Amino acid sequence: MTGEHDILAQAAAWKDEGRKVALATVVSTWGSSPRPAGSQLLVDGAGNMMGSVSGGCIEGAVVKEALAVMEGAPPTLLEFGVSNEQAWDVGLACGGRVQVYVEAVS
Amino acid sequence: MNLQLLRQLNEARAAKRATCLVRFLDRHEESLVVDGKLVDGAPLSPALVDAVAAAHREDRSRTLEGEEGRIFLQIFNPPLRLLIVGAVHIAQALAPMASLAGYAVTVIDPRRSFATDARFPDVALNGEWPDDAMSELAPDRRTAVVTLTHDPKLDDPALDVVLRSEAFYIAALGSTRTHRQRVARLRELGHGDEAIARIHGPAGLDIGAVSPAEIAVSVMAEMTRVLRRPDEPAAG
Repeated sequence: MTGEHDILAQAAAWKDEGRKVALATVVSTWGSSPRPAGSQLLVDGAGNMMGSVSGGCIEGAVVKEALAVMEGAPPTLLEFGVSNEQAWDVGLACGGRVQVYVEAVS
Repeated sequence: MNLQLLRQLNEARAAKRATCLVRFLDRHEESLVVDGKLVDGAPLSPALVDAVAAAHREDRSRTLEGEEGRIFLQIFNPPLRLLIVGAVHIAQALAPMASLAGYAVTVIDPRRSFATDARFPDVALNGEWPDDAMSELAPDRRTAVVTLTHDPKLDDPALDVVLRSEAFYIAALGSTRTHRQRVARLRELGHGDEAIARIHGPAGLDIGAVSPAEIAVSVMAEMTRVLRRPDEPAAG
């Protein structure tokens, strides 16, 4: 199966290999957003990723947070959207907004 | 989330249970609910139990806000399945497409020269007669069924069983004329208007598909629309 659900199996497998692992999950969306709630991105301590939480627009920023939670930072709820100030920064070109929960697998 | 909870979650999903991970986003805790029963974490309020049941029905993960702060319900429904009757050329295109879209695909065809591993690498093959195969595979409301053989001896027995199931999408390949004849035969087997109306025939959206791959795209598109917009009237 190549669907969403592989990611959690991979998370356990990576953990078993002794890697540090963090999961990012889309928990809310507003307007047009590329991935629905429940979409997940898996990140390991080296920054390898699997899955997605957007069309590629915010993955870079999410990985940065994922690396921080793997180093012991508390889980965090990130919000991404397009505003005038950040239109050229990290955001969604589609004009939607998403909330992404980032946590370590301990 | 800790590894033990992740393992329990993965086991429940592998066992095809209706699974919900309840994430309390503000206090960084999780509860795991499998088939409506609490497996791990803090007990849920009655309102939250109802919300989990509703999220399962709609097959949609969502965030709630209430007295306990923000709570994300992550829904894992049993996997989608596609049962294809007829190991024909179109099936060779449809099986990998559906697999990419997240369906577990089984191709049913008792004709040994059609249903071969060489023609269908990485696809589950079932060589039983289609009615036996269907009874065994028991289509549920997460299952789509497409008949592709054009042969009443193979398609009809499959449809006869499938029409008595909860399959969310039922389609039969064949021209409008072929479909009229098929409908007449199914009526003789005792199927009424309501059952017959569930069959999408000719199969697929009318996008002018010609090649097997294009026909597979049109079937895949129709199946997706019925899955995601079940209340929209059929067209095309």
